[in-house]
Amino acid sequence: MKMPGLVKGLAVTLGTMGRRSVTQQYPDVKPELPPRSRGVIALLEENCTVCMLCARECPDWCIYIDSHKETIPAPEGGRERQRNVLDRFDIDFSLCMYCGICIEVCPFDALFWSPEFEYSELDIRDLTHGKDRLGEWMQTVPPPPAHDEHGVRAKEVDAARKAADKALEQ
Amino acid sequence: MTELLEVVLRLALILVAFLTLPLLVGQAEHKAMAHMQSRLGPMYAGGFHGWAQLVADGVKFAQKEDLVPAAADRTVFKLAPAVGLIPYLVVLVAIPVAPGRVAQELDAGIFFVIAVMGIGVLGSLMAGWASANKYSLLGGLRSAAQLMAYELPFLLAAASVAMAAGTLSLSGIVEAWEPWWLLWQLPGGVVFFIAGLAELQRPPFDMPVADSEIIFGAYTEYTGLRFALFLLAEYVGIVVLAALTTVLFLGGWKGPFDTALGGAPGVVWTLVKIFALSFVVIWLRVSYPRLREDQLQRLAWQGLVPVALGQLALTGVVAVAIS
Repeated sequence: MKMPGLVKGLAVTLGTMGRRSVTQQYPDVKPELPPRSRGVIALLEENCTVCMLCARECPDWCIYIDSHKETIPAPEGGRERQRNVLDRFDIDFSLCMYCGICIEVCPFDALFWSPEFEYSELDIRDLTHGKDRLGEWMQTVPPPPAHDEHGVRAKEVDAARKAADKALEQ
Repeated sequence: MTELLEVVLRLALILVAFLTLPLLVGQAEHKAMAHMQSRLGPMYAGGFHGWAQLVADGVKFAQKEDLVPAAADRTVFKLAPAVGLIPYLVVLVAIPVAPGRVAQELDAGIFFVIAVMGIGVLGSLMAGWASANKYSLLGGLRSAAQLMAYELPFLLAAASVAMAAGTLSLSGIVEAWEPWWLLWQLPGGVVFFIAGLAELQRPPFDMPVADSEIIFGAYTEYTGLRFALFLLAEYVGIVVLAALTTVLFLGGWKGPFDTALGGAPGVVWTLVKIFALSFVVIWLRVSYPRLREDQLQRLAWQGLVPVALGQLALTGVVAVAIS
């Protein structure tokens, strides 16, 4: 049934009044963020090998890495090995554009997205988070969301299943 | 002595109603309008859902500097808010809320009420002329044009009820009122309500204060308490209009259940009707965009006046047929 415009206007406003309002009372009530929200980047220092991929791929050049090499004394019958030790890992969030390339590119899962977003500062220099602060964000990283039931399965799963079926047949 | 005491008591009650009902309507507007726009409205003032928002606003207005523009006509400028507000207070005196419950019973109550309500608009006219501001002047002139256009259907609709009831007394009209009048006087009631809205310059008839084109019309130069008085006048105006419509067209204190049979007392019915109509005023404000000046005039002269005249004729015919 076609309602006259004037009546429809009244119906719309009254209907809206009956529904829940969309206002979020942010400082009082924390927002429910969608999964994979990009709040801040967390660093898992143990996984970092100072490969510098993140710093090189960063479009804004906002990741600063310093390191030195450390020699591990030779174990019995072996030879001395060297390993990289991270001295400095800074992300300047005043430059960061939250593209997430560093996280994508990290081959050793040392960087993660955390949904925390309340880290504004009065001084822009304080937006550069050192490795300790980036490490603290690790505690706020949520477990990865479950796979979508109806999504495309990973190729590896199919390959493994095929191989298993073949083995069973024989 | 007791007589004097009674008069004082009645006037005190009127004053209390004058100061509280508009605040209730204002708060209801804050909240209803917010929820109609999917917002929450005030939430902080007073702690619980911002119930004290208007109190806080009042305190803020009282703290502000009282400015009078250098070129303004000082006396008129300062007098205007009072002229805009006091008529509504006076009108409240004549409105019956229950059988015999009226501050001052007037034989020609309907005349008195409509004459005095017309003065209220003079307040914004005075403000517009005295402000020495082009926008104020434009707003004032628009107020004048609107008053001219809508006073006529307003009067005609009220006259129709008076004719139907055969009395000019507001209490008398309610006494004579019967439920089937809702249908008989429906066009008149709608015209009365719409014309009243336009006289209050409530949206969608707020062309005189159209903030997107003439800042705030006649009230542009006002600050602090004087501005608050104008705002208060608008909300008292809503209460008065709702009360008048209740008394004239909705049967005042008469409810669907008789008081003697355990129904609610008359005052409750009156208040329920007043608040329901006030809600409609708010609802209309949220739902409709502002009418352009020419649309506004056309609605009055080509829409409301003919309908009101038709209602008058219908009332006359039916009234004669009944008697």
